[in-house]
Amino acid sequence: MDGAAAIARGALDAGCNYYAGYPITPASGILTHMLRELPKVGGIGLQGEDEISSMGHCIGAATAGATVFTASSGPGLSLYSENIGLAIMMEVPLVIAISQRLGPSTGAATASAQGDIQFMRWCNSGGYPVIVLSPTNIPESYHLIKRAFKLAKRFRSPVFIATDKETVMTTESVSEAEMINAPDWPEIPDEPVGKPLDPYQINGSIHHYTGSSHNEEGHITKDPDIIAEFNERLKNKIESRVDEISLVNADLQDGAGTLIISYGVSARSMEAAVNHLRDQGEKVSALTVYSLWPIPEKKIKNCLKGIKRIIIPEMNHGQYRHEIERLTNDEIELVGVNKVDTFLITPEEIMAAYHG
Amino acid sequence: MAEPVLDTYIAEENLPYEFCPGCSHGKILGALSDSLKQQNLDPSEVVIVTDIGCVGLSDKYFVTHAFHGLHGRAITYASGIKMQNPDLKVVVLIGDGGCGIGGHHLLNAARMNTDVNVLVFNNFNFGMTGGQHSVTTPFDSITPTTSFGSTDAPMDIAGTAKVNGGGFIARATAFDKDLPEMITKAMIHDGFALIDIWELCTAYYVVRNDFGRKEMMGYMDSMKMESGILQKTERPSFQTSYKHIQEQASQQKTMSGLVLETNFTSDLDRPVRIVLAGSAGQKVVSAGNLLASAATLSGLWTSRRADFPITIQTGFSVAEIVISPEPVLYSGIVKPDVAALIATEGKAKIARLTKAMEASDTIYFADGLGDVDSPANQLPLEFPESAKKDVRKNISALTAGFLTKELNLFPFEALKEAVRQIQKPKITEINLGVLAHFE
Repeated sequence: MDGAAAIARGALDAGCNYYAGYPITPASGILTHMLRELPKVGGIGLQGEDEISSMGHCIGAATAGATVFTASSGPGLSLYSENIGLAIMMEVPLVIAISQRLGPSTGAATASAQGDIQFMRWCNSGGYPVIVLSPTNIPESYHLIKRAFKLAKRFRSPVFIATDKETVMTTESVSEAEMINAPDWPEIPDEPVGKPLDPYQINGSIHHYTGSSHNEEGHITKDPDIIAEFNERLKNKIESRVDEISLVNADLQDGAGTLIISYGVSARSMEAAVNHLRDQGEKVSALTVYSLWPIPEKKIKNCLKGIKRIIIPEMNHGQYRHEIERLTNDEIELVGVNKVDTFLITPEEIMAAYHG
Repeated sequence: MAEPVLDTYIAEENLPYEFCPGCSHGKILGALSDSLKQQNLDPSEVVIVTDIGCVGLSDKYFVTHAFHGLHGRAITYASGIKMQNPDLKVVVLIGDGGCGIGGHHLLNAARMNTDVNVLVFNNFNFGMTGGQHSVTTPFDSITPTTSFGSTDAPMDIAGTAKVNGGGFIARATAFDKDLPEMITKAMIHDGFALIDIWELCTAYYVVRNDFGRKEMMGYMDSMKMESGILQKTERPSFQTSYKHIQEQASQQKTMSGLVLETNFTSDLDRPVRIVLAGSAGQKVVSAGNLLASAATLSGLWTSRRADFPITIQTGFSVAEIVISPEPVLYSGIVKPDVAALIATEGKAKIARLTKAMEASDTIYFADGLGDVDSPANQLPLEFPESAKKDVRKNISALTAGFLTKELNLFPFEALKEAVRQIQKPKITEINLGVLAHFE
């Protein structure tokens, strides 16, 4: 199977009943799966006239009680972004998969990349936090999107799946057990942080949802105290719960002086490189980051004992390396393995960086 | 007749309106309240979706549900709300500005015939931001952004919605006595309904252009934009159509992955990276799938990538397959172990890869495709004598058969089983015939 099928299946199994999207390589597979599958189970799947409309449909449907999902690539995220700010402001649960391709602009539509991870984090005016999860393979795509729906509901927030062309469009054999059995990840609590979203309902209480600064009842306000409290809460509801959201896989080796940190498809080349290096008798540690945002600072810092050098392979110009830099001191050397030439990072390139 | 639910749907505690003296917005809001009363709706049955601009202040004046989103996008939110809960009555309040920036949504909502009700507060300029020109500003108008007179043709909002298939389209003015009845007709229509309501912006447009009620009516005549109901169709709304789609779809099986049992074995002890390079129409991708599936049936791990131009029926077609005794971590190919060239387009496309190959690697080439610029060992693709007649039509399947025999990565029976399990009956028959040449 491919990652598109895994993501669609995961969304359906997570209870998604509403999808609106617009075709774009390399995310169209998700769109076609969702539009074909949702009406079979009584859900709704539609193609909007553009990404702006698709996101508008999703947010509207969410306020009427739908569990919504959309998927695109970098150019589509450009058009999603104004409405992502609205979703943050209205506190609408929203899952968005971004299948990254090489930019900027139209770029190389059929080439894998990881150049949108900062874009996902900062795509709203005001810079409010969102949650970004990144799978390295097909089974993780399935399990992480299910987790994304739980996080979106709990935090009433946009949650991204940061994937890429390679993971979404390459067909691979996968073990049935890995697809069926959930990984050993900490559970996300079911109860929402703060008030649950109360959708529009006939005979229900009256609701106002607004993108303007508002009070608890959803009425527009210009009161500086109320605005400040609201905005602080939007930030803190996620940033005060980083530990709960943090998800990494630390493969540490005693005595290792080098730690390799990666995510997404590049983490697979990291794993291959680490296997080779250890076969050669080298001592090396590896950290796969699944929860890119908010940054799992504690979990990263926990891996730094005895580390003199960190190698960070990623298919961009060093977008996560700069985040790691903030967490380290001058005694740790940071080395990027960066590619933007349409090819994946190879295990050999990571090994070459290791051997310096 | 049942007792009326409410006398008014206006949240009177929030009155008076904060609109300018003489502004027509309040008149339209009153007409909407009267229409809701005519329909005797419970406030919880109604969602008022407001756009941006002075009209965007309106939601607080209603006792119904409300949604206040981004500029020009109101129709998309409304459509999403209505899709998820078709029992709600959804009314969009939008200005001429919103119809400009959101024109794409307006015309597509009309095409879709999504069951939302759009009331356009059309006052010919951007009232909230200082009276700049909008898509409906009349020719020669003076505004802060058209100091020398507007030169753009005014957009006919109702006409645009009409030609794009909107179910119920009307034009009216804020001064019409029967505006509540018109709104009611729009709201009970199953499908996209739009009333282009002309009105006055007394803060800006009226004073700068000497454009009062009389002048507005004269302008309507001069533009031959008649008022009243302009279109009423019986085409079902998208929501109604989608119910039928759900009924049809519910009869079908839901998606499931392709499950391949491992009934064969292989003693492959290292990953092998294979590239098949041909042209569109040669079924290269299909042959790649066969090799990968045969390997999976033999207990191996595989990844398979396809590469072809976006115009899929022309140019190169390349399949990249990684077959490995261990799970495939790195799925890319920068240096194949094996390349098979079956068309000039494919040969050219993977020239960078074949050049990177080493003397221990092998390139197999079809007739006329040899002499590759590469240190790799180069051998012709040799099909059995009996297969000659199949080369033109089925070269990819023949190549899959040849590579399976030549490389001995997994049993030949596994390839035949892959044909049976993943291909349609008609293709299965053809390909089993093709593979029989090797036996």
